[in-house]
Amino acid sequence: MRNRRNHTGLINGTASLISIALGLIFGFLLLLVFNASFAVSGFNNLMTTGFASSEKLAKVFYQSAPLLMTGLSVAFAFKTGLFNIGATGQYTLGAFFALMGVVQFRLPWWMGLILGMVGGALLGLIPGVCKALFNVNEVITSIMFNWIALFAVNLSINNMPLMLANAWGAINKDRTAALTSSKFMAYNPNATIPKAGLDKLLGSNYMNIGVFIAILVAVIIWIVMNRTTFGYELKACGYNRHASNYAGINAKRNIILSMTISGALAGIGGGLYYLSGTAQYTLVKSLLGMGFNGIPVALLASSNPIGTIFSALFVSYIQVGGDALQPEYSREIIDIIIAAIIYLSAFSLLMRGWIAKRLLRNQKDNTNMGDEAPAEPANEAESGVKAQ
Amino acid sequence: MSEYVIEMLNITKKFPGIIANDDITLQLKKGEIHALLGENGAGKSTLMSVLFGLYQPEAGEIKKDGEIVKINDPNDANRLNIGMVHQHFKLVEIFSVLDNIILGVEQTKNGFLQKKDARRKVMELSEKYGLQVDPDALIEDIGVGMQQRVEILKMLFRDNDILIFDEPTAVLTPQEIDELMQIMRNFAREGKSILFITHKLNEIMAVADRVTVLRKGKCIGTLDVADTDVDQLAEMMVGRKVNFSVDKAPSKPGEPALTVRNLMVGDKRHTKKKVNNVSFCVHKGEIVGIAGIDGNGQSELVYALTGLTKPESGVVYIGEHDITHNSIRERNDLGLSHIPEDRHKYGLVLDYTLAENLILKNYYTEEFQRHGFLRFDEMYRYSEELIRRFDIRSGQGSATVTRSMSGGNQQKAIVARELSLQPEVLIAVQPTRGLDVGAIEYIHKQIVAARDDRKAVLLVSLELDEVMSLSDRILVMYEGEIVAEVQGSSATAHELGLYMSGANRQAPMEVEA
Repeated sequence: MRNRRNHTGLINGTASLISIALGLIFGFLLLLVFNASFAVSGFNNLMTTGFASSEKLAKVFYQSAPLLMTGLSVAFAFKTGLFNIGATGQYTLGAFFALMGVVQFRLPWWMGLILGMVGGALLGLIPGVCKALFNVNEVITSIMFNWIALFAVNLSINNMPLMLANAWGAINKDRTAALTSSKFMAYNPNATIPKAGLDKLLGSNYMNIGVFIAILVAVIIWIVMNRTTFGYELKACGYNRHASNYAGINAKRNIILSMTISGALAGIGGGLYYLSGTAQYTLVKSLLGMGFNGIPVALLASSNPIGTIFSALFVSYIQVGGDALQPEYSREIIDIIIAAIIYLSAFSLLMRGWIAKRLLRNQKDNTNMGDEAPAEPANEAESGVKAQ
Repeated sequence: MSEYVIEMLNITKKFPGIIANDDITLQLKKGEIHALLGENGAGKSTLMSVLFGLYQPEAGEIKKDGEIVKINDPNDANRLNIGMVHQHFKLVEIFSVLDNIILGVEQTKNGFLQKKDARRKVMELSEKYGLQVDPDALIEDIGVGMQQRVEILKMLFRDNDILIFDEPTAVLTPQEIDELMQIMRNFAREGKSILFITHKLNEIMAVADRVTVLRKGKCIGTLDVADTDVDQLAEMMVGRKVNFSVDKAPSKPGEPALTVRNLMVGDKRHTKKKVNNVSFCVHKGEIVGIAGIDGNGQSELVYALTGLTKPESGVVYIGEHDITHNSIRERNDLGLSHIPEDRHKYGLVLDYTLAENLILKNYYTEEFQRHGFLRFDEMYRYSEELIRRFDIRSGQGSATVTRSMSGGNQQKAIVARELSLQPEVLIAVQPTRGLDVGAIEYIHKQIVAARDDRKAVLLVSLELDEVMSLSDRILVMYEGEIVAEVQGSSATAHELGLYMSGANRQAPMEVEA
């Protein structure tokens, strides 16, 4: 019985790897198209920069922490049959709550993270309630709440003088306080996530324990989903709401809980990024990409919480590598190339079906068990999007 | 010119772990009705999928009119004039009847649909064969009977002359079954050849000319129906003698276990009640059957009893407990088990494994969880036990994803789960739907055993035979009301049929107890 799980894991893993390879080939083609003379060296940079120096590696870890959280957020919702496209809003509100905690209330960083979690949860709760009680599609609600969150946060920060950088000796007022400036350190020395000596080890300011917190959360989520009755209920509702109802599971409650937890995860991500001390929230009028990048992270991992760890690291790695393409390639083109790689990588879902088919075909006819014909192959398709 | 229109010679089709078709030969004569008989999982559907081009066989060949043909996809099959009515209809719910019929072969002019000729042809066919349909009705608004006629018209519209019917009677009322049989005979008389997939022996005896029996992927033999009888066919199909009659001692009803008083269930679209003032009682140690034609409020009654919907008014008791406003979980804990009508929608989480589905109703009990963590060892132990006791067959045992199991074994899994909960009251809706005789026999025995174990059983079934052979008392539902109560032992199909069709009714009764 364990065999089947290994088998699924193998298929998912191979599918992701093939997709990544396809994505990289496509990325190389784009490099060729945009600037052929630098394509080979550029591709080399793209692929090796992340490992080239400990400093770059630190950056990979640093960026992967929030990515992992938003990816986990999307994956968790997927597993329970919901599409949380509101991760970016939840991430933004989480960031705001976390910053407010450490700036306005002089709380230590871990309290900030908890507040961030609460902020994300609040924003996840609303689409959950709308879905459960009024059957409003969570995609629509969470998209709208992305914008509501963004502008509410911008408005609030503008009206909180302490939050802005210029209150702490900097000149700009379009971003939040630099938590590592000497003035702020005197005000709240515990505002940033501890580095635990990792910064010295890797020789980079960016390095802190954030990525380990994120990995820990991913493991916890995996345990909840796969080992507890709560996870059993959530997945049952995700796969088949009617059958869950029939079995006496409170599907409405579970939809609300599921969206709330999903939001909380994204919220932690916001906290992890902006309490690092190396990032400042900038008041802009566009949604943050970190939330949306959670979607390919989740897809690439086939929504497996443990897989999310690796896919977040990969996406982060590619992004750090992309930065090294400058100045031969312009910023926008790098974004396009990275987007294309990530996009193709997320095709693992398609790949999975294909590999499963190949495996089945090649398998020997071991007649150990059963004499059943597989029933209704046509039905397999409908479960595709639900992301196993 | 060959004697046969279609010959499938020595077909072998393998799936991982299974040989679904093992050297099967099936020859179809022109103008005959040829039945394909076999239990669930015997390989009938696979064989037909091979003929229809959905699967490619590893060995064997297909001949049409004596010439070898290669069928790579359903379009090839269509070109060879092979048409199929699938067990689960392949219709677009939000399209009209006419649109569904022409779908895929629609005529266009300058990119615009030309439906006039198509409409004329459909109406002609409809009249000629007595296939009443409303061409402009939407599929989602019409009943399964008419949906099936649409499927048949789809084949005729494409001028198919080899018609495959996959378990066509499973969804029909007795009257509709008779009609369908007549239509099939008409087709055969016109020279069309029919492959009729079924596991209902009576239907084969009634309509088929020849029958080919499959068992566990192997061809057991082809017989002339005139030379055989039900007992022989059943034995060939199952591999042993089958006992059709249900052996049961007279019931000894005890205290009331399930009491329903003046239950009303409304309808969203109509003012007419789906369940209208229904009162009855099921006692410990008796099986009460509810007979009725599909859509007369049986489903809604069951939903209200099990808590899936809220009744407008009325009271439901389990034993002494008023459960009218209790949650589903609370009802379960009070000993209510429910074998649901729709096993895919309600009965199973198809993407869960068999083991996970078998604990769907009791995963939260101390037996299967500790401090919120599932006890997987217990789950697998329990699952292995039920698989053994109920003979649930699947590719990978407990770890099989239920979606990949055959319908019959999915049903067995549900029955196993519900009976193992040791219920006080068992509500069984179509408990043997889509099952083969072997499994039916087994499940009927289990239900009678539950009764003899002093459980109360409410049996809702569209199969009149099932209601009559199992029930100690029979209630007949017509348009949301209970119109008659008959003793199981004395009921006749004719009498019940009159009540079921609304042609007759008893005076309004008082509920006992």
